[in-house]
Amino acid sequence: MALKITHTASRGPWVTPIVLALCLVPLALMIYELASGQLGPDPAKHLMQSTGEWGLRGLLLVLLAAPLAQRGYRGLSRYRRMLGLLLFLYISLHLMLFVQVYVGWSGALLTEELYERPYVMVGFAAWCALMPLALTSTDKARRWLGRRWRQLHRLVYPAAILAWLHLLWLARSDVGEALIYGMLFAVLLGWRVRRFFLGAR
Amino acid sequence: MKKRIYTDPIIAPSEITPEAVFLKRRDIIKSVAGLASATAIDAAAGVGHDAEAPLSFTADPDQSLIALRTPYEAVTSYNNFYEFGTDKSDPARHAHAMTTDPWTVKVGGLVEKPGELHLEDLLSGFELQERIYRFRCVEAWSMVVPWIGFPLSELLARFAPRSEGRFVEFKTLHRPSEMRGTRSFTSIIDWPYREGLRMDEAMHPLTLMAVGVYGKTLPNQNGAPLRLVVPWKYGFKSIKSIVEINVTDKQPATSWQQLQPTEYGFYANVNPEVDHPRWSQRFERRLPSSIFKPNRVSTLLFNGYAEQVAGLYEGMDLRQYY
Repeated sequence: MALKITHTASRGPWVTPIVLALCLVPLALMIYELASGQLGPDPAKHLMQSTGEWGLRGLLLVLLAAPLAQRGYRGLSRYRRMLGLLLFLYISLHLMLFVQVYVGWSGALLTEELYERPYVMVGFAAWCALMPLALTSTDKARRWLGRRWRQLHRLVYPAAILAWLHLLWLARSDVGEALIYGMLFAVLLGWRVRRFFLGAR
Repeated sequence: MKKRIYTDPIIAPSEITPEAVFLKRRDIIKSVAGLASATAIDAAAGVGHDAEAPLSFTADPDQSLIALRTPYEAVTSYNNFYEFGTDKSDPARHAHAMTTDPWTVKVGGLVEKPGELHLEDLLSGFELQERIYRFRCVEAWSMVVPWIGFPLSELLARFAPRSEGRFVEFKTLHRPSEMRGTRSFTSIIDWPYREGLRMDEAMHPLTLMAVGVYGKTLPNQNGAPLRLVVPWKYGFKSIKSIVEINVTDKQPATSWQQLQPTEYGFYANVNPEVDHPRWSQRFERRLPSSIFKPNRVSTLLFNGYAEQVAGLYEGMDLRQYY
């Protein structure tokens, strides 16, 4: 089972569903706002932004799990797989909206967008980097891949960098949001770089 | 209804609007001269914005776009007005902080009679007409908007542009205490917002100074009390809440062009063949749009006004002068 968490024996069985429900709140809100017509005349634009932002926040959370675990706070890392799958859900919705609203399911137009717009290309590349991680998130896949599973799942680092580039290239005149995300990603990836060099010594 | 007397400003022969276009404009005015000034039907039917006052105006003789009009609610809630924030909903939320009464527009530069226009002059000093125009944003969404206003040429005529005046420069109000977007530390726009037109573009009969929308005065988020509307250009050319107009002999620096010259040109004519570097301009989402019915329509050259304005750019490479 993909969502079976093995080390939660000390916690109640209700913790996982609650965390799952919390992660689905933004999606539920989007669906509610869409259905009740609160998203204004261009709902796609708003939903593109929301799904993309929740994907980025999800990336931040899964990257935060390891540094926290090293300091003894293991709570977040217990839900890392679930968070990873959910952030992939948000990013996949983001991509689907783009194809539905902006490209109109035209293969030719999609190819053109990918080739001619670097921000579309890097966003798509980030999704491509995350897809194999979602597909190999089951216990079975993890056992089957053994040591290579760990190596494969380092793809989350380039995915985070690509996702951030995607955000930066989209900014028209105010880069504030991109700067904040950039700093957070830099801290979380920097922690790994530092650990890598300290470990190698 | 009083018959309009049109006085030509002093301009160089090369800048005079082609006769055919000009005559057509006269026809349009004649055809509606008999009509009683339309009362603000839309305003009566409309949406509860108390601050916006009904206007008296002549209905647009061309009603072909009337069924496609973007609802008032959408026109006034989905705006780019970065002085109040970069989100589309920011202007509707924060623009009420802007004081629009009293309001003064300074008109100067290369004109014989520099001077000022006040709010009263704008609302009652010109004969107001309705113009139902397509409005195409450079971000690939679009609307159809029933503006109320008067041709920019009539405004300029009062100040008698000199013949060496080849461009017109516009500036938006810059009042940080009332405009939270201009206080953002991460914004890279050099305020005040500036736009410009070539003199022949400014004198073109389609170029409108809008004071109202849907039969009422403009809400602040739409650029109250006076904004430009150039329907064949991307929306960012249609500068809002204007406080200064200058006639110049050099092409004025414009805000978006200064910011990203590779992405935004001085001309900014709507052109499906010339992509924005980051997205295609071949289609637009005609608002209101929805997820399941995105309402994607093909973008038209000069936003569908090629017949009237293509002559202005004869012989110009539209890829170079984007």
